Order: sequence, then C-alpha cells, then structure tokens
Amino acid sequence: MSAFALENTEGKPVAVALSERVHWVGAFDPDLRTFDIILKTANGTSYNAYVVRGNAGVAIIDTVKEEFADEFFARLESIADYSEITVIVLNHLEPDHTGALPELMKRAPQAQLYISQKAQSMLKGLLKQDEISFIPVLTGDTVSLGDRSLYFLHTPYLHWPDTQCTYVPEEKTLFSGDVFGCHFCDKRLFNNETGDFRFSFEYYYAHIMRPFKEYVLRALELIEPLPLKLIAPTHGPILRDRPERYIQRYRQLSSPGLHSELSPNQKTLLIFYISSYGNTRRMAEAIYKGAMQVQDVRVSLYDLEGGEVSPFVDLIEDADGLILGTPTINGDAPKPIWDLLSSLTVVNLKSKLGGVFGSYGWTGEGVRLVEDRLRGLKLRVPIPGLRVKLIPTVDEIMECEAFGLELAQELMGLRENKIINFADLA
Amino acid sequence: MAKATITFEDINVTVTVPAGTRVIEVSEKVGSAITYGCREGDCGTCLMKVTDGWNNLTEPSVLEDKVLRDNMAGKHNRLACQAQALGGKICVKPA
Ligand SMILES: Cc1cc2nc3c(=O)[nH]c(=O)nc-3n(C[C@H](O)[C@H](O)[C@H](O)COP(=O)(O)O)c2cc1C
Ligand SMILES: [Fe+2]
Ligand SMILES: [Fe+2]
Repeated sequence: MSAFALENTEGKPVAVALSERVHWVGAFDPDLRTFDIILKTANGTSYNAYVVRGNAGVAIIDTVKEEFADEFFARLESIADYSEITVIVLNHLEPDHTGALPELMKRAPQAQLYISQKAQSMLKGLLKQDEISFIPVLTGDTVSLGDRSLYFLHTPYLHWPDTQCTYVPEEKTLFSGDVFGCHFCDKRLFNNETGDFRFSFEYYYAHIMRPFKEYVLRALELIEPLPLKLIAPTHGPILRDRPERYIQRYRQLSSPGLHSELSPNQKTLLIFYISSYGNTRRMAEAIYKGAMQVQDVRVSLYDLEGGEVSPFVDLIEDADGLILGTPTINGDAPKPIWDLLSSLTVVNLKSKLGGVFGSYGWTGEGVRLVEDRLRGLKLRVPIPGLRVKLIPTVDEIMECEAFGLELAQELMGLRENKIINFADLA
Repeated sequence: MAKATITFEDINVTVTVPAGTRVIEVSEKVGSAITYGCREGDCGTCLMKVTDGWNNLTEPSVLEDKVLRDNMAGKHNRLACQAQALGGKICVKPA
C-alpha cells in the first residue's frame, strides 16, 4: 500500500504531495496501448502535471490530455484555488500535456503563460485563437513565486522543437517534460514504489529521444550541474530515488559507441545491397573495391538479406556514409530496402553521405526512388545513382569501382573544386 | 538572363545559376549538407551560413526573420529555402 491517497473519502481525485510545496495533479490512462502511432505500452501511461506553491504565487507546470481534464481539475482544486494561480508553464505544446490548457486559461484568466521561445509560432496552430498572451523564455529566464522560483532551461527537440525544462532551485526539483519519462501506468507513482519500469524507460528513449541524441547531449550539459533531489517528468514514475541515475543513463544512451574505436581522421562507409540474380551484388562488390582504395575510409559491405533491420540501423547511426544497392522489382525497390529505410527515422542522418546503385531490367525506377528517399531523410546525395542494365559488363564493373572511389573521396573531402552549370544538374 | 554563382563550401562545388534560383534547389541537387525539411520557411532545417555575398541574396522576409530569431540563428545565417540568388558571387555552408 502507498503512503498517500489518490482520492478523498468521497472518491474524488486529489493531489499527491512531492514536498510541502510541490504537488502532482496528473491523470492515469491505464487503457492506452498505442501512443503517437509509434509507441506501444502494455499498461497504459500517465499524464503528469504539477503545482508549485510559493508565498507570492502558484505555478501549474503542464496539464493533461483533454479527455483527462476532469481528473486533473479535481486534483488541482484539492490543493489550490484558481484565483491563486499566477503562472502556467508549458514545457512543450504536444496535446497530451496541453489538452486542458484552454479550460485552465478560462478558469484562471489572470495566470501568465510561459512557453519557450520556439513554441511561439506553434501556440497559434494549437489553440486556434488569436491574441493569446504569453511570455517566451530561454535558458536563464526566471519567474518568482516569492520563496519559490522557476528557472527555465532551453532544451529544444527533446522531442519537440519547443521543448524546455523547468527547474525549481529551492526544491532541487526538475520538471523535465517528456525527457526522462516513459509510458508506464502505476498508481504507486514514485520510482522506488512502482513496478520495474526500466524496459519502458529504455523503449521510450529509443523511440522518442534517440533521433535527437545531439540535442540530448546539449540538454544534459544544462541539467547535469543542477543540484537534484527529484525529477518530475510528464509520463511515468516520478524519479525521487537516485534521480541522477536516469541522467547518467541518458548520457550513456546518447554517446556514440563505435567512434571511440576509430582514429579521429577515419570515416566509416557502409554498403548494403540486396540482389536476386547477383547483378546488384556484383556492382556492390566493385563499389566496395573502389572505395577501399581511399585511405582512412573504413568500408563494410553487407547483404540486407543476411541480417535483421535493427542492428543495421545501429550501424548506420554511427556511420558517416551509406550506400544502398537495389534492383528494380515490379517498378520499385524491393520491400527489404524500404523496411530498412522506414526504420531509419529513429536515428539522425542529417548530412551523412548517401549513394545508390542497382541493376535493372527495363525501367529501373528503384535507384531514383531510393535516392529521393535518402534526400528526404536529409542525407546529402552528391553523386547521381549508378544503374546497370541486367548483368554488368567489364566496363560497367569499372564504372562501379570509380563510383565507389568517388564516393569515398567525397566522404573524405578529397574531391576537387567543381564548377557546374545549373542547367546540367539532373 | 542575369547569372549568379553559388559556392557550397562543404563540398567544394560552385554552380552557375539563373537569378532568382533558391539556394535549396541547388543544394539538394549537388548534395551539399544544407538539407531541407518543410521547404516553406517554417521549420528551420535548411539553416545555412552565408560566408560571402550576403547582399547578393534577396532580403529575408518578415516570416524568415522571425524563424531565424526563433531558431536563435547567428549573424550571416539564412534559410536556404527562402534565399534567392540575385547575381554575383555567393558562398554558403551548413550552419
Ligand atoms: C519479379 C521481377 C520483377 C521485375 N520488375 C522490374 C521492373 O519493374 N523494372 C525493371 O527495370 N526491372 C524489373 N525486373 C528486372 C530486374 O531489375 C533485373 O533482373 C535486375 O538485373 C536484377 O538485379 P539483381 O540480380 O541484382 O536482383 C524484375 C525482375 C523480377 C524477377
Ligand atoms: Fe511529447
Ligand atoms: Fe508527452
């Protein structure tokens, strides 16, 4: 049994104290199984919202999903009067935490809304009203509640562009938004009382934060120096037992692995192919050979049919360049290629080098389609895709070697200055 | 027609373009690391640094200025999907 009550004697939801001045006023959603389309949860989730009370003001930090507004308002009413609320903070604008905002603004019209600098243009799109008054804040901005204060940390892209965290120094408490959260519904609420949620924590990171590792590392620079007693995220357990462990875990998960084994001047280039009659494979081997001629490029060649997608995604995340070989089958690249490509949204590919090649019979669309997809994934694709009709000739094999060589040189920044006319670009 | 040259410093490629060409159109084709997201000047993905020829680009619109500010862009930064070449020499690289 927990040491706190979630309801009063009449069965009405009430707030839960994290300290004398900080209360949880969130809601439980035990029936949820799929979140944001991309996440599964086996026991639902919680939408955590909080109240911070100072002797000169009361702040609400985040709200809940719209359907759960009643539960949120009931808990809030058990601890504060609407007229006392001076501040509303939104750590990001996603509807699972802003759903009750319009109603809250009606009930506490005097409260001042604080959002991150980057949230300004999104607020309009979300509330569909003009003339919303708000104060945009950045790292270092503070708001006083008298003997308690809010200190903002600008932590963009974790996982929305407008994400921020809010720190209350007098409580040594970080309101981290979705950062350090997970979809796990457990009414015991605190990490030293709930069931084992580590798998949810890891899973949430892998699907929500992983694409933004670079930004996680930047945010950790701001978070790590803070004296911390408690982390209060917007989903899942409240981290009051050794919160620093979760920060350390985020650092581990966000730090590159393989790079530590490469010398600083080396770069990695991965070649993946799939092939029904061996034609694309012959091309792949020649491209591999060509790329191997360039010093300091660590090239690897893999047949997509020989592995699972997920370890390949890990490899690609840490690589500097990615070359894909695909035949054209029924007017398209075959499904294993698209399976790999559709799994890459969990990693950041921006500015990696990309290249595509493949054998075809009569139409050969596969290569172009994959090139477009790589560009869509924000890779740079400087050298047009290489296509060979059916079985590569000796000359075509040499072209493949040159293609590999050129891509490897491009990767190492060894290509000479080129002057091109726009009209000649494909 | 008036011409401009845009040099992508990250890949060492210079392209001669007709005046009015948006930087992103060229960047995408030559494979510079200036990559795009929304293409409408909203998301800030295509942020680039203009190292030479700032005045050879169209001026930022009110919208672009706002997005640049929201993204805390530094001096000499522009959005590649908004900036159009006017003429002369322009040098850019990813921000
Ligand atoms: C079931 C099937 C469908 C195909 N559809 C196309 C197609 O739509 N367009 C095309 O250019 N080639 C098509 N091809 C031809 C292959 O692209 C060609 O045989 C190529 O050389 C195969 O390369 P691989 O040996 O690396 O798999 C098709 C081949 C098969 C077996
Ligand atoms: Fe979110
Ligand atoms: Fe969330």
